Amino acid sequence: MPPQHPYEPPDDRLAALRGPRPPQAYTARKITALTANPACSRRAVLDAAGIDKAVLAQRMGYEPRFGQSPFAIARERDFETLVKWGGYAELIRLLREELGTPVEEAAVADLNEVGGDTSLARRANETRRLLGHLASGSDERLILDRPVLTLEVAGQTACLEPHALTHRVGGKFYVSEIRSFPAIDGQANPTAVAQTAKQAAVSVLALHRTFEALGLDTGQIAHEFLLICPKDFSNRPYGRLVDLRQELDALRFQLTRLRRADQLALALPPSATLDTDRAESELGASVEALDASYTPDCLSFCEMARYCRDEATDCASPARLGGMVRNALPGVDSTRTALGYLDGTHAPGPTEEAAITRLRAAERLRRLRRGDVA
Amino acid sequence: MSTLAAVAGLRAAETGHAERLTTVRHEHMDARPFVLVPLTLAGEACAPLAALAGTDPDHPVLLTVRQPRDRAERFRFVERLAALLLPYIETCRTAETETYTVGRGKEKEERARFLRAPQLLVPNGEGIAYVRLLGRLTRLRAAEGPHAVDPSVPALGKWLTWFADRAEFPGSCLLQAGTRLLAANWATGQSPSEDSHLASLLAWIDPPPGRDGAEAARETEEDPLRWPPAGPATDPVFDRTLDELISRYDEAGEGRGREAAGRQIDNELYAQMLPTWRLVWCGVDLLRALPPGEHVAERWAYDRRLFSEYAAYLDEDGRPQARRDHAVGAARRLARLEEAGTRYDAERAYDDPLVMAEYELTGEAFTGVVVAREEDRTVPGARPGSTLWRPTITVRGEMPIRLAVGKGVKCPARPGQPGEIIEVHPEGDIHAVVIQLNGGFSKRKPPAPPGTLAEVGETVTYTSVDPKSMPSVLPAEEGTPWTHGGPPQPYEPTDDDAEEIWE
Repeated sequence: MPPQHPYEPPDDRLAALRGPRPPQAYTARKITALTANPACSRRAVLDAAGIDKAVLAQRMGYEPRFGQSPFAIARERDFETLVKWGGYAELIRLLREELGTPVEEAAVADLNEVGGDTSLARRANETRRLLGHLASGSDERLILDRPVLTLEVAGQTACLEPHALTHRVGGKFYVSEIRSFPAIDGQANPTAVAQTAKQAAVSVLALHRTFEALGLDTGQIAHEFLLICPKDFSNRPYGRLVDLRQELDALRFQLTRLRRADQLALALPPSATLDTDRAESELGASVEALDASYTPDCLSFCEMARYCRDEATDCASPARLGGMVRNALPGVDSTRTALGYLDGTHAPGPTEEAAITRLRAAERLRRLRRGDVA
Repeated sequence: MSTLAAVAGLRAAETGHAERLTTVRHEHMDARPFVLVPLTLAGEACAPLAALAGTDPDHPVLLTVRQPRDRAERFRFVERLAALLLPYIETCRTAETETYTVGRGKEKEERARFLRAPQLLVPNGEGIAYVRLLGRLTRLRAAEGPHAVDPSVPALGKWLTWFADRAEFPGSCLLQAGTRLLAANWATGQSPSEDSHLASLLAWIDPPPGRDGAEAARETEEDPLRWPPAGPATDPVFDRTLDELISRYDEAGEGRGREAAGRQIDNELYAQMLPTWRLVWCGVDLLRALPPGEHVAERWAYDRRLFSEYAAYLDEDGRPQARRDHAVGAARRLARLEEAGTRYDAERAYDDPLVMAEYELTGEAFTGVVVAREEDRTVPGARPGSTLWRPTITVRGEMPIRLAVGKGVKCPARPGQPGEIIEVHPEGDIHAVVIQLNGGFSKRKPPAPPGTLAEVGETVTYTSVDPKSMPSVLPAEEGTPWTHGGPPQPYEPTDDDAEEIWE
């Protein structure tokens, strides 16, 4: 179906949806969230348009439960300072230990600002310049502190800020991420490590694209990243190289599946708005027009999740009850329909027949075997 | 996973009331459990902040750390927890004992086990992880030398580690999480990730009068003041208050102002934990009201045996668990975990028709009416000319089965009687199965003693699942061959362990 609305340049369309508020940066976290649930057009458009989802959820009547504890923030800050102290002395020590090659002292280029300018565009330019310089063979030893890499995602340019990027160690560049979850007896929380690895993979992919754009050899980029976290119950940094090949493959695949956010936005009526300063009713209609793909996992990372959950409850989406129920109902898009099949008020079509027969058998067994249990 | 549970979830979502997943409770609920509701400081690996603990629902003991970054205060917290938990464990160790036999034939041996064992209950799965971490943090400490701590600290650490290790075994009830116990018995109309919130899960199971579960569960989410998170992680909003209070406490210097600030911290922490404390006990009451399954006592007897053995080990040897399992120990543990899982599933199915129904659905079990029996049937024996008494019954069932001829089957009503499928006759949607019974009559000639052979007209269930299947036999640890590194060396805690930083 061709778009029914007059064509407008995509960026302008997204900017118009956002309204006068400044856009939020497109971060590695947002990309991993999007690739975790690629079917969610709602999140794709909200993130591409740079909407503050926490504020939006609040305007829609859902106080978001995210936010970090001051204790966690303080700990994170202290640990990061410790790792970066003395020109990344700890990072260099860990690289030396992990890579088994002599890693000598290195200078640090602080890319948190460039000549007093903290804008992402300026920092990205400077990062690119330094990378070109380093990768093209000059043997400068330089660690990039908070470099800014860019990546095209769903028609949007994302800016990524890995904690550090090393100079060539044994001919390779390594991305480093500093996290404050502990590695106890060499084992960190697997969920946290997986999350960090996904985010690091986004940075590595962005590095690949930058190298390609600069005409440099991408073979110089390591497919591992250095994860730095506190050792056991102390504050002492501990580092491990974590392989990213699987994450990189998965990420590349997911990114090809993502529909362009601007095209998704075109499906909205011209009057739509996502400006969080507008009336709740206007916002509600626009958000509703964007298809969400709610799963209970969303509750752990998306600010809009509780809104989407209520929506899923209202339309009786099987995903609302989790993967087990959804998988028991292949091809059935509503629990009401499923109950109708169970009660015999609807007859299933040929595609649902096998699953529904099984479900009916389960229901019958439950009735027969439960005895007098209420 | 289970299709029956999916149907139960659908019905719960429809009616707004939780649906039972079991007809009996498969977990042991002790008459006097020890409940622990812990809180930790956000962002730290394991920095205890507070706990409510004890065995009396009406009088929880409050433990707090007013300055969680102070190492000495943390150890004081551990000592106080030890002063509560170790005497509780001691009361189980001074209980009476009973004798039981292990092994067969020549290796038969009489041993004694305590009639009681400790049962530690925490609100949720994260609570179990907390017990493990706190155990790891304290068990390797030394009671002598330059970094000496109170002897109760490593003693508590060893017990906590033991509890956390046992919690991984399906069927063990020494350390259990409230959410897991409840979710094993009830299906709600929400997702498993939401069920891991104790308040929300209990709201579904036992909503306040006049509300349905769905509404009540929503309310628990809307109001973090009344229903704070069940820990050990705290509510970030509460942390802001706590941060201010701790700063005020630090600035107050010595004297009355400091004590007042400290007391305010205590009160705030108490208010954060009390709702969870009540919820855990409410869950305990709900679970106690369910009748226990047949095998529950047997599994608890095994838990008591392990408790007795570990208590004896602590008296004789007493070295703490290593930082990591050695290879032999890990292999042994994995084998035991798998066996425990299989056995637990089978025992639950034997005790509970609603659990057995899942096997019926997959065709690994079938239920039907005995339509014929041949009591005097004999088959040729191994020696030429000899005969064996092998009666058969014919069972007609309505569900499709996936058990082939030759498969060994058993009936939960007569678990001591092994059977074998010898014929399957499909008759349209239904089918008739001829089962040859290979024993369980306590005699070798017909007629069968009353009750040992199913009557015509009786409804029976037969399944290939068997809780008595033999566990794999592993060589004794001392007998580990050199190819496998020889007998493993026990772990000796080092000075590094004793002085491990806790910041």
